[in-house]
Amino acid sequence: MGAVMTLINIAYFVAAILFIVGLKQMSSPTTARRGILWAGVGMVLATVVTFAHPEIEGAVNYLLIILGIAIGGGLAWWSGKKVAVTDMPQMIALYNGMGGGAAAGIGAIYLLQADPETASNVVLAIAVLGSLIGSVAFSGSMVAFAKLQGLMDKTVYFPAQQWANLGVFVVTLLLGLSLALSGGDVNGLVLLLFFVLALAFGIMMTLPIGGADMPVVISLYNALTGLAVGFKGFVLDNPALMIAGVVVGAAGTLLTQLMAKAMNRKLSNVLFKQFGGSTGGATEEVAGSLKPIEAPDAGIMMAFANKVIIVPGYGMAVAQAQHKIWELTQLLLDRGVAVKFAIHPVAGRMPGHMNVLLAEAGVPYDLIYDLDEINNEFKTADVAVVIGANDVVNPIARTDPDSPIYGMPILNADQAKNVIVIKRGRGAGFSGIENHLFYADNTRMLYGDGQKAASDLIAAVKELG
Amino acid sequence: MIEGFVALYIFMLAAFTGYEVISKVPVILHTPLMSGSNFIHGIVLVGTMVALGHATTPLEQLVGFVAVILAAGNAVGGYVVTERMLEMFKTSRGDK
Repeated sequence: MGAVMTLINIAYFVAAILFIVGLKQMSSPTTARRGILWAGVGMVLATVVTFAHPEIEGAVNYLLIILGIAIGGGLAWWSGKKVAVTDMPQMIALYNGMGGGAAAGIGAIYLLQADPETASNVVLAIAVLGSLIGSVAFSGSMVAFAKLQGLMDKTVYFPAQQWANLGVFVVTLLLGLSLALSGGDVNGLVLLLFFVLALAFGIMMTLPIGGADMPVVISLYNALTGLAVGFKGFVLDNPALMIAGVVVGAAGTLLTQLMAKAMNRKLSNVLFKQFGGSTGGATEEVAGSLKPIEAPDAGIMMAFANKVIIVPGYGMAVAQAQHKIWELTQLLLDRGVAVKFAIHPVAGRMPGHMNVLLAEAGVPYDLIYDLDEINNEFKTADVAVVIGANDVVNPIARTDPDSPIYGMPILNADQAKNVIVIKRGRGAGFSGIENHLFYADNTRMLYGDGQKAASDLIAAVKELG
Repeated sequence: MIEGFVALYIFMLAAFTGYEVISKVPVILHTPLMSGSNFIHGIVLVGTMVALGHATTPLEQLVGFVAVILAAGNAVGGYVVTERMLEMFKTSRGDK
């Protein structure tokens, strides 16, 4: 090992430590910013020393590397700075997909260059596996991005879909196996077909997954990309990739499980069962009626309450109403009303999505409570304000075993003395299930755009002086 | 290639580290954390640089070039988005 390589390895080692310390610090709100900074330092360090890597040869290749970093980094910088906070989930999907694609690219080059003299079947197998996972994460993330970005609204079903997917997967696996056992004598056509089918499988697997399950899927692809990167680390003999990739793979897997559990959905169901598919229909009859309320009345109700719990959902994010909601909250707090925010684990499009939005608006995080922390408090609340949330407050999850969301833990908004639902229209929620809370006797519907409704409420409360 | 069993040990220890680190994360930080871990696997950039670095044919160079672009996007985009999310926590801390 030359002196340069020793130096590079020391830098990689330091980078790996920085990544782990960074991740650790990102697990607490007080140190989180420092965490991403340390991880960033690790990334810059690892990238810079790699320019001295003895395996990088040729002026053209150096030029291509610099050009590639400038193009990819520049575009990502620009898009990342520009994107609205509401759209961040799909940007995570997009950037994650790019990482998966990059890992697949490394695999492709390795397999193209494989030399029958030196190639070992183990390394070939790891390269194939990493490429398969990376390709699936790439195309799957792109579909997730397109769906969340609204470029592709429909979830796509066709007959015998699961069997078709399984078929493509098995063929891809067989092609991969033949590549792994080729002993380094790689057939170009097989290689091409392998990548095409792996990419196709990622698309086919993601197409039928409904928007409500998207956070789980993005998290899964995040874990998969990490794993793919880890495998590439073994192929390239690069410990920085190994450690960072596998750490993310494990962390992402746990996060995916936590999210699926919060939705009371088995991961296998998310991936292989169509959400709400054929079950609806039977339980569509709902007792009671929708009772509208005007903003001034709702404002008075809140202003003279002792305790108000606000339940935000994706609708608030879409309407960009979080700033107005915080303004309203401050008014209520000034009047001596106790105001709390109740966040369901899967509210929004990602876990913690609502927390980020509220933090952006300036809501202190000690006003924000998890499902477990606050669910017993709804009983004592005078008003529960549901803004843009739907399935996460649907009591049917407790009562109707036939419902697709049966068993999902929900926020007990229905137990508050009064419930005000701010909603744009009469449509059902993301899952397409009728919400029985909206028909309850203690519920009033405040129709309108979230931001407009919040402004009206602010005006109503202000009028009371 | 790092010796088979050493590689296996690295894999196992790294997996446990990832699992332990995240198991203590409050829900409030889940999205930034997913974004942050997304940034960290942007280290794939280093791998793409080496892969492109010993590319010899135009096809290999093309694949490597695209891979470097994608990886740089992963790293830079992941950082920018995570930074922007975590920046918001600063203001809320100041309120206390």
